[in-house]
Amino acid sequence: MNMTTALARLLIFPGLLFAIPGAWFILWVERKAVALMQGRIGPPFMQPFFDFIKLLGKDTPPREGIGGMLMKAWPLIAVSAAAGAVGLLPVLPSSGGFEGDLILLLALLEVPSMCIIAAGFSSRSIFGEIGSAREAVLSVSYNIVFLLAILSIAASQHTFSLATLAQLPASPLRWLGVLALLICLPAKLHLNPFSLPNAEQEIYSGPMTEYAGPELAMWELSHGLEWVAATGLVATLAAPHVTFGWLAILIFVAFSFGIVLMLSAVASATARLAIDTTVRFYWQVTLIFAVLAISSALFMRFRS
Amino acid sequence: MNLWNKLMCYSRRRSPWLFHMNGGSCNGCDIELIASLTPRYDAEQLGVRLEGSPRHADILCITGPITHNAVGAIKVVYDQVFGPKAVVAIGSCPATTNVFIESRTLDGPLNKHIPVDVFVPGCPPRPDAIIQGVAKAAEILAERASKKLPVAPVVMPLVGEGCGGACACGGSGGCATKEVQA
Repeated sequence: MNMTTALARLLIFPGLLFAIPGAWFILWVERKAVALMQGRIGPPFMQPFFDFIKLLGKDTPPREGIGGMLMKAWPLIAVSAAAGAVGLLPVLPSSGGFEGDLILLLALLEVPSMCIIAAGFSSRSIFGEIGSAREAVLSVSYNIVFLLAILSIAASQHTFSLATLAQLPASPLRWLGVLALLICLPAKLHLNPFSLPNAEQEIYSGPMTEYAGPELAMWELSHGLEWVAATGLVATLAAPHVTFGWLAILIFVAFSFGIVLMLSAVASATARLAIDTTVRFYWQVTLIFAVLAISSALFMRFRS
Repeated sequence: MNLWNKLMCYSRRRSPWLFHMNGGSCNGCDIELIASLTPRYDAEQLGVRLEGSPRHADILCITGPITHNAVGAIKVVYDQVFGPKAVVAIGSCPATTNVFIESRTLDGPLNKHIPVDVFVPGCPPRPDAIIQGVAKAAEILAERASKKLPVAPVVMPLVGEGCGGACACGGSGGCATKEVQA
């Protein structure tokens, strides 16, 4: 991948130009799906766009010193990392890539949650600090499973390249890994059974409590882009491979849409768990499956 | 007005985020405000979202007759909401202090302390009246942002039964609107 294609992928397709409307669309689908499942009508189609524009036009608090600069920087870092993660997704089968881009994608996907932790602590608000502590505990819990699942998929298919993984036929082991990824997604995207960091009824808005205006707009955008990247990663691993360009994009979008609907259904059907229950769920229940997946992947690799 | 400003006004009208604050209310209006977000009334169709933090909000919804204890908190929260912002006084209490009038524990009505844009009368007001008031406040918000002019407070018409006979009006529903206009 040379400089021009890399820039094109970051800025045009599947990067910012397509990913930002995609992020708004996914945020709308999530809110609308939850509303329909609760028997409401829900927000209009353009709602996330209106929210974004309105937030851009609001005043921002004066922020001084190093702490203020950091508070301004965290949402921008989160947005750029999430945009980079989206840019790495192999939506077009012939778009190229490089060996090891899966590792880069995982690292970039992790940056927004680190930024959230840092933002909560640098806001010096008690609610922000509680939210950040929860996010940190949550991140330690689900990331073990998340990384082990990805590792088992990569080890069973002998590659760390996303484009190759998308092209290879899926083995039963890969489905086990995809299942583990799906279990981690609600925690990664702060959805309902694991929506601990932004628990509204308990700690206001968690790490975002002190943010307002354009900075909050950037957080919303980074959350949307995280949605696109995370569902896109699962869609890449789960969708069947086709060589024809438009069909490949269509299948990719359909799979992402299905995953969003599934996660929204889970979110609207469940209530928030306590932090200790969540940690126990990931460390005691889910970890067993992840360890099974990776050990069988390694075992099969040594046998072949 | 150029295109960006038009888009901004439209977005402000379509995306009012609320922050709810209790100024010593009996909890009646608070319940009705929550009811306006439930499936039956579904204020999210208008883009309404109840936010956890006043920093995120555009519209401050205040209930209750404003007790001495609540005054400081209300002023702090009003300053924490960033502009452009609007204030909706929900129920007859923040408008007139209602049946608690001349109580020594009160420091009402609300517009003594912060500028109020919309009064929604009723004891408690019906959820549809609250939604109407919030929609009106969102319009004021968009107008204010474009013209930079102070807008006179709006008293919404009374919807439904009003105080239910709890005050001097005897359930005719005239209690809130009359006193605010006077």
